[in-house]
Amino acid sequence: MSLDAKTVTRIARLARIGLQPEEVETLGKDMGSIIDWVEQLKEVDVTGVDPMIGTGLAKPRLREDRVTDGNCRDKVLSNAPEREGPFYTVPKVVE
Amino acid sequence: MSGIHDFTLASARDALKARKISAVELTNAHIDAIERLDGQLNSFITRTPDQAREAAKASDEALAKGEGGSLCGIPLGIKDLFCTNGVRTTAASKILGNFVPPYESTVTANLLKDGAVFLGKLNLDEFAMGSANLTSAFGPVENPWKRKDSDAKLVPGGSSGGSAAAVAAGLVLGATGTDTGGSIRQPAAFTGIAGIKPTYGRCSRFGTIAFASSLDQAGPMARNLQDCAILLESMAGFDPRDSTSVDTPVPHYEAALKRGVKGLRVGIPKEYHVEGMPAEIEALWQQGMTWLRDAGAEIVEVSLPHTKYGLPTYYIAALAEASSNLARYDGVRFGERVSAPTLDGLYEASRAAGFGDEVKRRILIGTHVLSSGYYDAYYLRAQKVRTLIQQDFLKAFESVDVLLTPTAPSGAFAQDEKPSDPVQMYLNDVFTVPASMAGVPALSVPAGLDARGVPLGLQLIGKFFDEETLIAAGHAIEQAAAFHHRPTIHAGVSA
Repeated sequence: MSLDAKTVTRIARLARIGLQPEEVETLGKDMGSIIDWVEQLKEVDVTGVDPMIGTGLAKPRLREDRVTDGNCRDKVLSNAPEREGPFYTVPKVVE
Repeated sequence: MSGIHDFTLASARDALKARKISAVELTNAHIDAIERLDGQLNSFITRTPDQAREAAKASDEALAKGEGGSLCGIPLGIKDLFCTNGVRTTAASKILGNFVPPYESTVTANLLKDGAVFLGKLNLDEFAMGSANLTSAFGPVENPWKRKDSDAKLVPGGSSGGSAAAVAAGLVLGATGTDTGGSIRQPAAFTGIAGIKPTYGRCSRFGTIAFASSLDQAGPMARNLQDCAILLESMAGFDPRDSTSVDTPVPHYEAALKRGVKGLRVGIPKEYHVEGMPAEIEALWQQGMTWLRDAGAEIVEVSLPHTKYGLPTYYIAALAEASSNLARYDGVRFGERVSAPTLDGLYEASRAAGFGDEVKRRILIGTHVLSSGYYDAYYLRAQKVRTLIQQDFLKAFESVDVLLTPTAPSGAFAQDEKPSDPVQMYLNDVFTVPASMAGVPALSVPAGLDARGVPLGLQLIGKFFDEETLIAAGHAIEQAAAFHHRPTIHAGVSA
């Protein structure tokens, strides 16, 4: 079943992806068919099953609390699409 | 010795050490092949010939002194998902079209430390999302193989399609790939080469652009498993900068080639006999069983009861993680920016312009399954089914050492035969996804040609950190299959 335009628009808003009106319809259809297909997971009995979060192969580890990296401001800023001095710039967010 | 394009990685290494060939000669021959053939194949996004020549010169100096690491002077290609210091890294996306990382990924740093020569950055599906290398913002990659009876452009598989095509055509001696649900194994099968997806945690993810962090794993792609073993030994290892990296010694994988399979128990998962599987894939699988049995292995039927849920589970888990990982592309700190009067407007416009259709679709589905009211029904349930899928494998490995399956349900298809329904496209990964979900290692080796002359692969799946047994069993298949076919488009074929 296709997802309706309102649902697609709401999801796109959450994901901060601007959509053209014609994209809303195509995406609604494609997403609907994928959602219908994953519905089959409802058949599986998952009572008492723990969710798998990663493979659990790596042991959590502590590290010494000290600076291991840094002092590379210019490198960090080197790919900024727009900047002023040592700052990233964005449209005004506070009046 | 025949031509320079007949070298495998291992034989080139030996010839370099014996000073029968120089690293500069070897590198120049590959740069020349790229110039001749890659206009058609489009396997490279960024070529770095000058840097490669410099590195080759340094390799020759090291080799002359009897020094140099295990890959000294070996020309490789790097999937454009690995950050390379000072060399543009795009993930085949417009949104990273001008991104130049100021640091090196751990995997590529390991290869450089061992003396590898990088010829450039290889094409892929955008953010590694695809199974045919048709979603790249830098255009599709063409498979160097052709069907016997037609000139149609075939896909190289995906997402590591550029890596696969470049290796198969002889443009590089080996390449890095990444595999989230089959992105090394399926393109390896489609192009008649070998590829290994190691155990999750074997290769560091530091500096590899993330798609689905709990699944992404780097691995080698090369003409055969000996070459893959040499590459994997260099790429693998503990890295404190990746919290999921596992601190366990890296074995000398190349030595595993000689182990043989006598007494090895090979499981055949009965659920992999899927409905509608082409007869020639089924026949190849039977042939693989015969080869391993003849080499001394025992074939045992096993059951992985949750196999059919692998793909839908994957598409929830992987897309949820992708929607979170790709939130960083916001047009503020790096990447393409499209200006707008408000901050949200800037995000929406930048992401609308920067991402392709498949990536948008996947982010939106991932966002949907994580959103309020749907999280438990989709995401949490998928994580629980994932536990069951992993348990299937762990249980099977109580009675067998490796599993044998086909790598993909078909050979390479033509670019214009791409299914329009996204679910049909996802079915390409039906045999590769479950091992990714479980985190266990798996590989693909070329095993034969289909009726139309296009290569087919067999997959072996192993126990956690037992890549050596996989390599041993895979090598037994290589020896029996004696796959020495070459694609139509190859560096060694003069035009």
